[in-house]
Amino acid sequence: MNKLVSAFLIGGVFGLGIAVSGMINPAKVLNFFDIAGTWDPSLIFVMGGGLAIAFAGYRLVFRRREAPVFEPAFALPTKRAIDAELVGGAAVFGIGWGIAGFCPGGAIPALGLGYSATLIFVAAVIAGIIVARFARTRLVQPAAT
Amino acid sequence: MTDFTPFQSLLGGALIGLSAVLLMALHGRIAGMTGILTGVIPPLSPEWRWRAAFLAGAVAAPLLYQAVGGHIAFSVPVPTLALVGGGFLVGIGVHFGGGCPSGHGICGMARLSPPSVIAVATFMITAFATVFIVRHVIGG
Repeated sequence: MNKLVSAFLIGGVFGLGIAVSGMINPAKVLNFFDIAGTWDPSLIFVMGGGLAIAFAGYRLVFRRREAPVFEPAFALPTKRAIDAELVGGAAVFGIGWGIAGFCPGGAIPALGLGYSATLIFVAAVIAGIIVARFARTRLVQPAAT
Repeated sequence: MTDFTPFQSLLGGALIGLSAVLLMALHGRIAGMTGILTGVIPPLSPEWRWRAAFLAGAVAAPLLYQAVGGHIAFSVPVPTLALVGGGFLVGIGVHFGGGCPSGHGICGMARLSPPSVIAVATFMITAFATVFIVRHVIGG
């Protein structure tokens, strides 16, 4: 099978999972975070189902295979430090998630449903990533200006 | 109100986990939406093609699911300004934090990566706090 067809189909499994699980729905995500109000604990089950399969599946993959099917090697994220950048970034992400009710993994599949709200959110995320990328380059390499 | 859907959510979560396992087994990559999305924002990553294909599949699937009669509940209970402001913060945050619920929450936690566990704990706390403040302090 072609590599791009494979990536398309795996993306499809992801998008289907997001849709079926309810992660696609900002109202549901916000209700998950609203314990003091209209609490909907469903998202605990999304996390539980996803983690159980990924935990067991990753172990199976790494035990059975030296390398992935389409690439010469597994590309795992290099160990990064638990620093202010990681914690601060995660904190800011959580605030944005709590304000909008969308996360990137929920919003991209939601684009398929054709609502302008999703498009506005995704455009804002892309703008944020571009600004952050620019800011980080300036902070890390101030001499480059 | 939204309905409590433990079975659909468990099934959907399992599918998200399955896509993470398949992407690792076939492509050797982490199924984190932050990394995949960032790779198709110019300047393009050298690996933008599989990422674009993954994104296209992710967008197409809910559409296809609806076409075969599946019901997808969807409602955006916040004003446009919240989508713009919240989205911008999400973009800033995932870039510096190095991931979102798919990358850190599923893939990273499944690998028992300490930075991912810390990132997930952090963003869950701030998301709970934000919703509490928005709905019960400001809105209450």
